Amino acid sequence: MPHRSEQVVFEFSRPGRGATAQWPVAPEQPAADLPASLRRSEPPLLPEISELEAVRHFTRLSQLNFSIDTQFYPLGSCTMKYNPKACNQYAMLPEFLGRHPLAPESSGQGVLACLYELQEMLKDVTGMRGVSLTPMAGAHGEFAGVAMIRAYHRARGDLARNEIIVPDAAHGTNPATATMCGCIVREIPVGADGDVDVEALRAVVGPKTAGIMLTNPSTLGVFERRILEVAKIVHDAGGLLYYDGANLNAILGKVRPGDMGFDVIHMNLHKTFSTPHGGGGPGAGAVGVSERLLPFLPIPVVGRDDDRYRWLAEADLPQSIGRLSAFMGNTGVLLRAYVYMRMLGREGMSRVGEYATLNANYVLARLRQAGFDAAYPERRASHEFIVTLKRQARELNVTAMDFAKRLLDYGFHAPTTYFPLLVPECLLIEPTETESRETLDGFIAAMAAILVEAETDAARLKAAPYTMPVRRLDDVRAAKQLDLAWKPAATAVGGTA
Amino acid sequence: MSDIPADLRYTASHEWVRSLADGSVEIGITDHAQQALGDLVFVEVPEAGRELQAGDACAVVESVKAASDVYSPLAGTVVDGNAELGSAPELINQDPYGKGWMLRLKPANPAVLGTLLDAAAYQASLAATDA
Repeated sequence: MPHRSEQVVFEFSRPGRGATAQWPVAPEQPAADLPASLRRSEPPLLPEISELEAVRHFTRLSQLNFSIDTQFYPLGSCTMKYNPKACNQYAMLPEFLGRHPLAPESSGQGVLACLYELQEMLKDVTGMRGVSLTPMAGAHGEFAGVAMIRAYHRARGDLARNEIIVPDAAHGTNPATATMCGCIVREIPVGADGDVDVEALRAVVGPKTAGIMLTNPSTLGVFERRILEVAKIVHDAGGLLYYDGANLNAILGKVRPGDMGFDVIHMNLHKTFSTPHGGGGPGAGAVGVSERLLPFLPIPVVGRDDDRYRWLAEADLPQSIGRLSAFMGNTGVLLRAYVYMRMLGREGMSRVGEYATLNANYVLARLRQAGFDAAYPERRASHEFIVTLKRQARELNVTAMDFAKRLLDYGFHAPTTYFPLLVPECLLIEPTETESRETLDGFIAAMAAILVEAETDAARLKAAPYTMPVRRLDDVRAAKQLDLAWKPAATAVGGTA
Repeated sequence: MSDIPADLRYTASHEWVRSLADGSVEIGITDHAQQALGDLVFVEVPEAGRELQAGDACAVVESVKAASDVYSPLAGTVVDGNAELGSAPELINQDPYGKGWMLRLKPANPAVLGTLLDAAAYQASLAATDA
């Protein structure tokens, strides 16, 4: 890892420098049909650098990254599993890349068949009756799910149901989604054992209940043991159950949300089904539904008439909540998930769940032996678990953030910190199924070594990291003094307020 | 240990309430709450005139770790919000019971104030959750 930072690309800029070989061919009549008022009078503020400088700059930037291709990345609730290169390879076949979304169905039977089979495999592994692939991210899938719940109640003429129940352990996106869909959020607590407080649930359900949003296993890294009882309470009250698919990896091939009584589920294909993470996209948040929500699925959906595949749209699903993306969502991402699932098969799917859970429980047991406190010591971990450093914070004055920063020096990406909010000074650790025993042992050894440092030389932790391109950043100042522009142009607006 | 002034009233969700001479009350978050949140980077307070029910989310605090609602300990009409917090959210970290006040409220029923936690009861509720 190089011990230096990288300049921004504008700092390499010199007037007149460029890469002529990369320039686009100049049009013969530049923008002749654009009104003068819409044309630039000055060239845009772009860096002027050579091709070699651009290649070196971006290659160096990529080397400064922590990534799953370079380091263990146990970021809890994010499922940073390894993405097999074959998924990329097949999704990037020129026949897929070159296909235009408006090309006729008759010339696109191959891609339609892949997407149809992906829908079928997702239905099979989740126990749902129908799947739509169009949402472009997890939060987009959540929006689709709650929009369908609302559409269902509206179609029955039951207009009073506008409350969504959310446990306090939920991902922040759940209450945000409910609010976005015009619902009122009713928060209920989880008990000391990590399960939803069923009595509190009984107290809030009623004729205004639209549904409940649950993650199972929850963000506390434990399986909701009373899920069938929860489902019955909510269904008896006339509400529906929403499954947040963030932690689907833990139960893959073992237990299905449809069998637990869920009516709608979103799947983060970038978590469970190994499509690329991060960088803000492109994502894919496919949704699955039970029988009663089938008419409301977002369109288009791929249908099959005998041996022909075709898009199902408004004419086929007149009650659909509508279109959520241009064309078919992120088809390139969906194809990666398709290849991944085809490579695994049904048996491989079970092994994902088994090894994700085994690895988490192994790391948890070894960390407890090393002197760390589990947040839920009496519970078996799912695919992730929480360590709380509350005791170390009190006795040694070191925080979860100090541990996280020091882990970087040991060559490991930090786990999720300070989430879920219910557990003070927490690290949410998710090893995933793709890590070897040696990697897990290396992480455990690093955590143990940092604990010894905390006990003997806490100041060393406080100033970590030491080996990264940048040291400890002032995140308070960064949040208060947003300064995002390299050099504000005279006409630029905002950015440096 | 966090500071819990004896002359204030409290909620289990870490708000404090001070009686003012004119019959209104001042509301903020406790020293324990600001410590748990860490350095605040954003605060939103309600505008004067807003009607609140007890338990309504009446303000938002955001730190580098978390964003959280602040709940009104009692029903009433907002008289004033602390506008200084918009540019200086750190006042809550520095002086949670003084310059870090968040809103002033004309209570619908001032007698309700007496039903809130006193300093000893708030201390006990902190000890119970810090087991």
